[in-house]
This record gives sequence, C-alpha cells and structure tokens, in this order.
Amino acid sequence: MENSKFRTIDGNEAVAYVAYRTNEVIAIYPITPSSPMGEWSDAWSVAERPNIWGTIPHVIEMQSEGGAAGAVHGALQAGSLTTTFTASQGLLLMVPNMYKIAGELTPTVFHVAARSLAAQGLSIFGDHSDVMATRSTGFAMLASNSVQEAMDFALIAQAATLESRVPFLHFFDGFRTSHEVSKIALLSDEQICAMLNHDQVIAHRQRGLSPDNPVLRGTAQNPDVYFQARETVNPFYEACPEITQKAMDKFAELTGRRYSLFEYHGAEDAERVIVVMGSGCESVHETVDYLQAQGEKIGVLKVRLYRPFDGRRFVEALPATVKSLAVLDRTKEPGGPGEPLYLDCLTALHESQAEGWGSLEKLPRIIGGRYGLSSKEFTPAMVKGIYDHLAGDALKNHFTIGINDDVSHTSIDYDDSFSTEPDSAVRALFYGLGADGTVGANKNSIKIIGENTDNYAQGYFVYDSKKSGAITVSHLRFGAEPIRSTYLVTAANFVACHQPVFLDRYDMLKFLNPGGTFLLNTQHSKDEIWQHLPVSTRETIIAKKLSFHVINATEVASSSGMGGRINTVMQVCFFAISGVLKKDQAIAAIKDSIRKTYGNKGEEIVNMNLRAVDNTLTNLHEVKIPTAAGEAGKVELRPPVSEQAPEFVRDVLGSIIAGRGDELPVSALPCDGTFPTGTAKWEKRNLTLEVPEWDPEVCIQCGKCAMVCPHGVIRIKAYDEEHLAGAPAQFKATDIRDKELQGMKYTIQTAPEDCTGCAICVDVCPARNKSVARLKAINMVPQPPLLEQERKNWDFFLSLPELDRSKINSGKIRQQQLQEPLFEFSGACAGCGETPYVKLVSQLFGDRSLVANATGCSSIYGGNLPTTPWAKNADGRGPAWSNSLFEDNAEFGLGFRLSVDKKKEQAEELLRLLASHVGDTLSQAILEAVQTDEADIFEQRARVAILKQKLSDHKAADPAMRQQIASLLSLADYLVKKSVWIMGGDGWAYDIGFGGLDHVMASGRNVNILVMDTEVYSNTGGQTSKATPLGAVAKFSVGGKAAPKKDLGLIAMTYGNVYVAKVAMGAKDEHTLKAFLEAEAYDGPSLIIAYSHCIAHGINMTTAMQNQKAAVDSGQWLLYRYHPERALVGENPMILDSRRPKVALEDYMYREGRFTMLRKSKPDVAKKLLKQAQAEVDERWRFYDYLAKQGSEDKNRQ
Amino acid sequence: MDLRTKYLGLDLRTPLVPSASPLSEDVGNLKHMEDAGAAAVVLQSLFEEQITNETYELEHHLAYGTESFAESLTYFPEPVEIVVGPDEYLDHVRKAKEALDIPVIASLNAKSPGSWTEFAKRIQEAGADALELNIYHIETGLDTLGSSVENDYVEIVRSVKSALDLPVAVKMSPFFSNLANIASRLDQAGADGLVLFNRFYQPDIDLKELDVVPRVMLSTPMAMRLPMRWVAILHGQVMADLAATSGIHKAQDVIKMVMSGANVTMLCSTLIKNGIDEIRLIEQGVLDWMEENEYESVAQMLGSLSQKNCPNPAAFERVQYMKALKTYEPQVAKGV
Repeated sequence: MENSKFRTIDGNEAVAYVAYRTNEVIAIYPITPSSPMGEWSDAWSVAERPNIWGTIPHVIEMQSEGGAAGAVHGALQAGSLTTTFTASQGLLLMVPNMYKIAGELTPTVFHVAARSLAAQGLSIFGDHSDVMATRSTGFAMLASNSVQEAMDFALIAQAATLESRVPFLHFFDGFRTSHEVSKIALLSDEQICAMLNHDQVIAHRQRGLSPDNPVLRGTAQNPDVYFQARETVNPFYEACPEITQKAMDKFAELTGRRYSLFEYHGAEDAERVIVVMGSGCESVHETVDYLQAQGEKIGVLKVRLYRPFDGRRFVEALPATVKSLAVLDRTKEPGGPGEPLYLDCLTALHESQAEGWGSLEKLPRIIGGRYGLSSKEFTPAMVKGIYDHLAGDALKNHFTIGINDDVSHTSIDYDDSFSTEPDSAVRALFYGLGADGTVGANKNSIKIIGENTDNYAQGYFVYDSKKSGAITVSHLRFGAEPIRSTYLVTAANFVACHQPVFLDRYDMLKFLNPGGTFLLNTQHSKDEIWQHLPVSTRETIIAKKLSFHVINATEVASSSGMGGRINTVMQVCFFAISGVLKKDQAIAAIKDSIRKTYGNKGEEIVNMNLRAVDNTLTNLHEVKIPTAAGEAGKVELRPPVSEQAPEFVRDVLGSIIAGRGDELPVSALPCDGTFPTGTAKWEKRNLTLEVPEWDPEVCIQCGKCAMVCPHGVIRIKAYDEEHLAGAPAQFKATDIRDKELQGMKYTIQTAPEDCTGCAICVDVCPARNKSVARLKAINMVPQPPLLEQERKNWDFFLSLPELDRSKINSGKIRQQQLQEPLFEFSGACAGCGETPYVKLVSQLFGDRSLVANATGCSSIYGGNLPTTPWAKNADGRGPAWSNSLFEDNAEFGLGFRLSVDKKKEQAEELLRLLASHVGDTLSQAILEAVQTDEADIFEQRARVAILKQKLSDHKAADPAMRQQIASLLSLADYLVKKSVWIMGGDGWAYDIGFGGLDHVMASGRNVNILVMDTEVYSNTGGQTSKATPLGAVAKFSVGGKAAPKKDLGLIAMTYGNVYVAKVAMGAKDEHTLKAFLEAEAYDGPSLIIAYSHCIAHGINMTTAMQNQKAAVDSGQWLLYRYHPERALVGENPMILDSRRPKVALEDYMYREGRFTMLRKSKPDVAKKLLKQAQAEVDERWRFYDYLAKQGSEDKNRQ
Repeated sequence: MDLRTKYLGLDLRTPLVPSASPLSEDVGNLKHMEDAGAAAVVLQSLFEEQITNETYELEHHLAYGTESFAESLTYFPEPVEIVVGPDEYLDHVRKAKEALDIPVIASLNAKSPGSWTEFAKRIQEAGADALELNIYHIETGLDTLGSSVENDYVEIVRSVKSALDLPVAVKMSPFFSNLANIASRLDQAGADGLVLFNRFYQPDIDLKELDVVPRVMLSTPMAMRLPMRWVAILHGQVMADLAATSGIHKAQDVIKMVMSGANVTMLCSTLIKNGIDEIRLIEQGVLDWMEENEYESVAQMLGSLSQKNCPNPAAFERVQYMKALKTYEPQVAKGV
C-alpha cells in the first residue's frame, strides 16, 4: 500500500472531513442518508476544530432543506465559503435556490448522498433519482464511486468550483458509499491547502455583498433582457470541464490518485462497453477485470463529471473499436424517451457522427438500461448479463437488470451464480439483533484489521424495516487488494449467527462457502446443539463440510456485566477462529480498541469489556460434526406467515418478510402504491422471552395496561358468558366489575407472539397483589413455556365478539379500552411513547377516520413494508392512511378534509334531489342527523345502509337520474361523519411543516392535528428541533440546547378558534382521553400536543410513563385544554389541568440521559441551563395560571 | 470568650461544623456557611457506587437502540468529554478550597479496600484539609460474622491512613455489639477522629403505592441522645478526636455535646430546616450561655460531663434504663 496515512471510515465521514476543512459556514437539515455529514461537522465545530484556514466553521441546523438552501445562498452571497449536505426530498427542496446560486455564478459544493425519491412509496436507499432531478439547475455534477473517491472528489469539487465559479453538486450513492466503512488514504491538510487557490477564495469573498462596496443582485428581469442575460454564463460552463480535469490532474500530482472526467477501464480493443456512474462503476470494473482476464473484449466508461456534460470528452474516452454500448442509469424517468445519462450519451454520439468529430468511425449500437433503484443489488452477475446481452443480435433498449419485469418485459437475464470474488479475500457475514451490538462490534473489527494489517477492509450493514427486534446483517471483506465489491457478500468464508432465534427463520448457511466456518451463539452446549438445529441446517453443515463453533455469548456477556450486549464476546470469537489476525495480536488489538472506545466513559465500562474478552475464549467450543443429520429433535424452518393469511399477504408480503423480496416479479406489486391494511397481525415476530400475564384476582379492571400498550398486544373484551363455550382450558375470564356492564364476563389477553416485552404495562398497573406486593395484576413471565397455550388463548380471544360500540362509554378509560384497536403490532421501538396515542385515535374514531401522516417515525412504523399496523374491524372499516411528505402533511390532511366535505355536500345535494325516490322521511333523517356520539353514528350508518339499498333497488328510466343514483351511491358513505387526523412528530409540526400547520389551523376547517412530541427528530437519530427543551443534549445541541422550547400551543391559541390541548398519557390518562374526545368533537381545527417519551431521551423505556408524570409534576410539561366553544358561552376557554409544580425541575430532568449527559460533560453549563430552565418553568406556570384565571369577559375581548 | 477547638489537628474557630448534606453540594452555600460562622465544612460524600452506576446507566441509555435502524444508527451526539469517575467531586473539592478560608473536610464512601485508598489519594491531591470516611454499609448476609464486618472497617482505615498524609475521621455506625471496642480498634488503626454517628436513612412504606420508598427524615433533637452517650463514654478513652452528629439543633445541644466530650458538633437538619444563618444564632446562643454561666472557653467545658468526669458515670450505662422508665410520666396523664 502507498505510504499514506490510512483511516477506516465511512463515506459520510470522508466527505465531511474535506467539506468541514474547506468551508466557513455549513447550514444543514437532517435527512437520511446524509445526516451524519452534518453531525460530524457539528461535532467538530463544538470541539473547536479549525478548518485549513485556522478558523472554526459555523454550523447551523435549519428548519428544512429549503431553509438550509436559503441560508447557504445568503452566506454565499455575503461572501463566505459555504456548504450543505442533503439527499432525496431534501435536495428537491433546495432546487429553487440552486437555480439562483448557479445563476449568480457562486462557487459552492453541495454534497449529496444520492437517494431515491418518494414516488409510489418512499425509500431511504440509494439511487440517482434525486440528483437527476437537479440536472437543469446549472450546478456541475460530480459523481464519486467509493469511499476513497468521495473524500477525493469532495476536494476536487471544491477546487473546481472556486476556479470555475460554477457551483458543484458532489454526489455518491446513499448507503452503498455513504455508509460503507472502508480503509482509505486520508488527505492531509497540506494536500487540501495545495489544491485550493487562495486568490480564488479572496475573489469569492470580494464578490460578497458589502455595504462598503454595495451592489445589487436578485433583480427582476423582463422579456427584453432575461434571455440574453441567461446566455451570459455559457463561457463558464464551457470552461468548467477543463478546469475540473485540471483539478483532477493536480490532485494526482499531490496524491498519486489519478482521475478523469470520463474514465475508461478495460480492453483497448473492447467491442462491448458499459457506461455507468456512481458506485455501480466498481462492480463493473471488478467484472471487467475478471472477464478481460478470460479474453473478453469489454470495457467500462465511468462518468465522473456529469454536468456540464462534455460530449466530446465522452466520445473520445470510448475505444474506437466499440460496437455496442449499454448506458446504465440508476434512476427512472417514466414517460421519457430514455433515462438522462443514456440520452446525453446518445446525443453526444449522434453529434460526433453528424459533426464528424471523435475517433469512432460509426455509431455503435446503443441501448439504455436501468439498474439498482433504491439500493437494489448490482452484482458482477448482472454486469456479465449486460455484457452477454451486448454480444447478442437483438438488443433490448430501455432494459432493466436485477429484477424480473414480467409486466413490461424490460428485464434481461443473467446467471445469478456468476461470481468474481477472489479466493484470497476473507468475506464474513454476521447476523445480529440491533440491540446486541453486532454492528458496532463489526465496525470495530474492520478498524482493527485496517489499522493493524496492510489489508484493505470493507464493511456494509443491512438493517431491518422495523425499529424493535430488528435484525442486522453485517457484510465484511478483507484482503490484500483494493476492494471494489459494491454489493453484498453472497459467498462467505465465515458466517456468525449472533441470535439463536434466527436459526428457525432464516437460511443462515445459504451464503457460506464449502469448507467455511459457522459460529453460533447458543445456550446449548457443543454436545447438545446438534439436535436443536433445523434439519436443513444440519444437512448443509455436513454437505458443505463446515467447521462449526458455539459459544453461550449471552451468558458470557451477562456474567461479565455487559447485559444483553454480546458484541465484544462475538468479536473475540470471530478473531479467535477466523484467522484474519493472529489470535494474540487480535486480542491485544481488541483490548486496545476497548480502551480507546470506552476510555472516556469510565474505568468500569472499560473493565467490563475487558472482562468479557477474557471470559470468551474459555467458553468457545468447536462442535464435532456427526456423519448424518439425524432425526432427533427435528426442527424445521418456520413459514414467514401463517398459511391462513390472505393470498397477497402470504405470497407477496410473506416473501418480503422471509427476505425474498428481491425475487418478487414486477407483477406481484401494486402499480400505484396501494396496499391492504391489517397485515401486521400475520407477521408474528415472536420477539420476546417475557410476556405480560394477567391475574384476574388482583385486577381492578382499570384498563390502563391496554391503554399504554405501545404495540396493541394487550386487549380487553367484555362479553356474555355464553361465548365462553369452547374456551381453551387455560383461558382466563372473570366477572366484569363495571356496574354499567354488569353480568358480562371480562378478559385481558396478551398476544404472545406480537409482544415486544417492553413491560410498560406492568409499570403502569396500579393494582398490587395483597399478599405479595411485588406482584401486580399484570406481571412479566417467561414466554416460551406459555407460548402454545397463549397462542390458543389469543385465537379464542379474537373469536369473542366485540362489544357494541354504542354501548361503550368512551369517556371512561375502563370502558373505552373495550374498543377494538385498529392500530396493532407496529414495528415501533419497544415501549414507544407515540404509538399509544395513535392507537387511541384508532380505537375512538378509527372506523371513520382518514389519517395524513407526516414522514418520520410514525410513517415508518405505520407504513414501512412489508406490513402495516393500521387495521380493519370485522365490518371492513378502519383508518385509511397515507403519507405525502415531511413538509406538507398539514396541507395534505387539509386536502382530505376539503374532499370529504365536498363529497358530503355533493351527497346531500343529490339526496335532496332524489328525496322523493328514496323517501322523504329517510332523506330528512339523514340530512338532519346529529352525529355526536357512537350511538348517533351507528344510527346514521343504518340509515345510509337503507338508502344505499333503496338506491341500488331503484330502476330509474331516466339516464340523468340513473347517473344521479350512481353518483349518490358512490358518495353515500360520506353522509356518515368522517374524522380527519393529521399526525406527525415535532420535527414536522414545529419545524419543517410549521408554515403549513399554521395555515391549516388558520383555515378554520375541521381537522384534528396530533403532534407526537418527542422533542427531537427521532426517526433520523435525535437531532435538535424547536421542540427540544432547554438544557437537553441532542445532535446539534452537543453543549445543551441554549434556547427554550417553542410554545406551539400558545401560538395556536392566538387564533382563538383552534382547540388546543397539551397531554401526557403517563401523567393523566383520563385527561388525554378527554382531550382526544373534545378535539374530535370540535367542529374546527384541533391541535393536540402529546408528550411522547422516546428512546432518544436516554431513558429506561419500561418506566417511561413515570418520566411523563415527572415532567408534568415538575411543570416542565403543562397539561391544559383551550376550548374555543367555552368562550362562546362566556367562559374562559383556557383550562389549566396541571397542578402547581410540586417537584423541582431537576428531579425530572436528571431522570433522563439527554439532560444528565450535559451534567456529565459540561457540569457548569448544565447548572446554568438548569437554573434558566427552572426559571422558565416557574414563569410559564405563572403565565398559564394567569390565563386560566382570567374572567370570561377578558377572554371574550380577545 | 474563647470558642476555639481542635479537630483532626485543625485549629477551628468554634466547634460548629456543618456536616455532609445536600447543602454542601453548592459552593455558594459553602461560602454562605463560612460567612455565617462555620468553623469548617464537611462536603457531601463521594459515593463510588453511585458514580459507577451513573456511568453504567448513562452508557446503557446512550447506546440503547443504536445500530438497529438504518435512519437512526445513533441517538446522541458523541459528547466532547464525559466527566466520569470522581472528577466532578474532585473539582468540587478544588472549588470549595478556592472559595473558602476555613478547612474543607471531604467525605468518601467507596466499594473496595483498593478503591477507598485510590479515591482518598485523589481527594488529598485535590486539596482537602481532611477526609471523613463515610463507611455507609448495611450488611445483610446471614452468614457474615460481626467480627468480619469490624475487620473490614479497621482494614479500610488502616489502608487509607497508610496511603495518606491527611488527617482521617471515620463516620461510624452505632450498630456494633461493643461499640467501645470497635472505636478503640479504629483509633488504634490510626483514625484521627470518630464521627458519631452515621444516620442510616431508613426506608418507609408508601401505603398508597404499596411500595418501599426512600424517605429522608430530618433529625429531631431527640436523636442527639445516642451520640451524646457514646461521646461521653469514649471521651478520654480514645486518642481520636470526637465529632458529634445527629439532632444538634440549638446552642444548648452544642454545649451538651462539648461537655460530653465532642471536639466538634456537626450541624445538618437544622440548617436545612432553618437556613444556613442558623449557625450564627447557635454560636450566639453558645456565647450567651457561656457568659451567663461564666465559662471562659470551649476547652474548659470539653468533656466536663463525659463519663469519666461526670458526677454519676453509671448514668451513661444500661443500668440507668430502668430508672429512666420509672421517671417517665406520660403526657396524657396530665391531660395535655
């Protein structure tokens, strides 16, 4: 390897490393997968690391990408070197400013972790849809293909933009490059300085707006000159490619790494060439090397500078011998004549022929194809498939590769078994759970190998679509040669299964090479394990002649004080048996790494990990493989979903659950993104070793356990005794205590395979066993021995009838919780603080609600494939759910309301027209129905059913009337009141969507807005929002948030006609229920701000409801309701439901890691902010108390 | 009037020393104590176990849920620096020393003999004038012998003393079979002072929640009887200085303790209840009493009513128990 300084880092850090050093202002907004670039920059800024000019860049988090782009534009106009990082929808929000920045010839580099755009569905994964949507902005576009290139091109782009004055968009593939951990040569500050021309920095600064030398920019131009002015920039774009190439040449002189705008690799006499851009180049490059060695005349042209597109350079880079050319795009442009890169290449080739320049004698055959959308794998097998296709006679243009398109038949075939991976490299796969630290350990292992050997190293990590019980798969490669394999490991020498439960769900050994090593964490000894393996696993072990090792890592970790984090133990095992490093060297390196990683967290943490290292080796055992699989203790792989599931769930969603989604053909998927609801119930993820068990003797039937259950797994039913006939022997039932439902039976039942084991239900249970006070009415018990019995009980429970909703008093929790949840078994974090509110909405109004869901946690646990927790009742009714964007959710939901109201109005108009035909009494009853409670709704539904029957039966002769009847039939259901819910987190409501939220509230329309306030951007990993409280540590508030939380409720109240409630279920559940009922009943806009504890608070999620209570008791979170209707009857609309704070704020704050972290890192700042926060709490209490005590006449004057 | 006393080799202006309490966590309060006339201050205890637990807990919560979901691989920024171990406490010692002219006595509760010494050394380096070993440990093992517990106490004192130049006091529990014996052993192990006694906070039962809860109760004046008896018994029998703590609320309490043989009297509950300025009132009360009763100095009254010097030494022993009961008149009998 070259004599450079090497580091093992991911693409985001590599880019941020350069961007931070070469800028003065950084304005960002978090979005996956680019967020870490901003986070690194912020962390370095807080740590007061200077850039190459010795000054510390200012880093600011904005309220949206639109805001970030505006701030960037402003800082650039004012003459500072400025950058930003973004992706996907974020980049789209920057587009207007990008036109401005380019139009004003302003040097800057936007670094983009390229990601899919939301179309039929959102995707956080990588492709070029986003960057391609900006190709007309005037930004230069530079693509890097690997982690090394991402660092290098960040610098080349910076140099080129300063010289050319053309702004640059530097992009690299989201996740594949942004999150791949790789050993790369680090650029030194000297190299960075040498690349940048200081005079050009000064020139940029001098172009900045200054009152000392005032100029005017941003004029409005008219038909007479706009056109000409637009053409003034042409020389800059013409010069840009040459300037960029010069920068690349200079870079090569400084570093030895040489790049070209269009870089050809392959046979000089190649006849078949693939043109491609981004990380896919690496797979093609690797395949070209492999096939060329076998004599094939092939090559790859890597496009680095996509804009300005230098057609001449492109054509000249192609070998003159090329006969057929495939141009690959990682994007889709529906309805276009082809994808953008294809069209650009085609144009250049055509022009070269038409104008007679270039080395090609005649136009090669050219086809365009699509690959790799949303990080779809792009493997050497697919690459070979394309080359093979190019050798054929009939070329398929506009093809797809990597999928089976059985609808439009665009896909071309390939042999999946083809592999280019060399035998000399080590390839390892690790299957772990999110909570067990597998990924962290593997990242660490890569660093150890990268830093202790000359080997190159690569790590890529695949995560689950669920937040609780999530499986992670780590793909690691090590070898003496640079690693270009930008695809998953499918031919491993080593496979580790860190969680034994995976054995009966996944085919662990599918990708393990013959003679490879299999490591299993199991509670069974080396002598017992064989009979506990699925038979297919045993057969594979024998057939592939694997070596097989076991360790009880859970036990070793636990006895070393590590709890459930088996990371260090499994890491030691890997090094001990993989032979990547000598054992002693590896152990010493692990210990050294532990000291470095945990040194700042205290001696105890270091010692705990060191203990785990020492305890591991004595517990690691090789299993003697029998000669035959044997039958004893036969265990088979479980089907992903029950055979009873509907066909679509079984065949399509089931394949996704089983990890076979890649195999689904195009025809299996809906064409417009529409999916059935009620599918999470089929998944049966079986996540926990402990489940809650109900004790009817102790239970007071308050319903609290079911209410707080974040996953909808604790259910309550009241039913007549006769339904108990045929109940399983162990099924529990007791007499109902509620006098209004006297005579009925009562059961609380847990769904044993859907529970996450969060135990929040046990924490809130108020009833204690009178003889053994540690027991409550609901207690956690081991799940495995109960599983079979509880499965039966659950199934029987589901067969019991739901209680007639019109008989339920929904104002009392004990009865309200009898309502069926239509939101169940979500993949939210175990103990989630948001989902109890969502579930409550689904119980109260779910059968008549439409839900607009802002992008964020709630859209992910609500709508991330394969399944959805949104469900239907026995009548087929349930919430209709959709997610538009992050920034527009309030407006999106308002659209629902507008449409629902319009449909209702149309239905009423038609009903009046047809009244005489359907009966005046019926139509009058429908039109005048007061739908205020469940009984009213029930009656209206009955009337509408009669109406629909009458309409269906009516045989009208008049075509106009037939049309009216058909129309009314399609609209009649809207005569039943609909409930529109607009849901999202604080990132949406306080920040990016606030403008829309404000407008929707001002509209006066009847929408219900639920803000699940976790006080950070939870979904993207805990970035500061304007809801983050004073003194909390969050990303972009490393030193504790210095500004107080925005008072969204107070802002809403100023409209006067908005119902506003602030609730915290853990503090006062009855109050929460009341607020939800009032909000929905209010015929106008309602805003509920709901305290939602979150994993990003650094808390014990089991007792998180206690944190909610402490927040309220301390006055940090005030409970109140502002009801505009009270003002109409002369009452004060403001009701303060909190009592005067009774505990000090610190008693609440220091329950949570987000606050204690500051006390531990900056005690003096923490003390100061605590004092400020307490003063703020005191003042807020006084103010709200004052508001609540005002006379009604004062309010009426408002 | 001469109120001076000596404790742990330190010359103190008066015997009034605020003991370890939440009040001493704030340097502002410590300064206030000095201004109100405190002769020295005892800082709140450094609890090693608490530090360890906080570190574990913070590490657990900051790492919980990470590396599980592609969009949120972490939930917190990496802190610039986490203050772990005793750094925060040591910083407090340094700040207290900078802010005060009166002696600063640090207090320590560690987990193992090794860590007692390790932490004690660092406290010494931070500049404390003396160290109080707060051996707050409740042994509950059915098989643990009392002698083994006593040996542990002695070993801690011996190891800390051998490693430190600072004077060391031991805050003791009253729950020993023969308190005089263990006091003597600690004395011989090198303790420069004995603090009588540690008030183990007793948990309470919450009848509403049906749970056992920690509930701190401030001391009442009655609480001083137990330490007073033992101060009186030990005075003159051990080399170590004696500090009395628990239930000392008024000037009279201070006088009684000094007469029993306490070199210093520790104030806590009264300061929490009545404010730090109470020190000034107590000092004035002591002065008034001394003037009224024609005492010239604290030295003069020190131990004047200890068991050795009092008119009726048996009064401090068990035989007096029956007599005390006999002289007890229930208040109800008086119709109060």
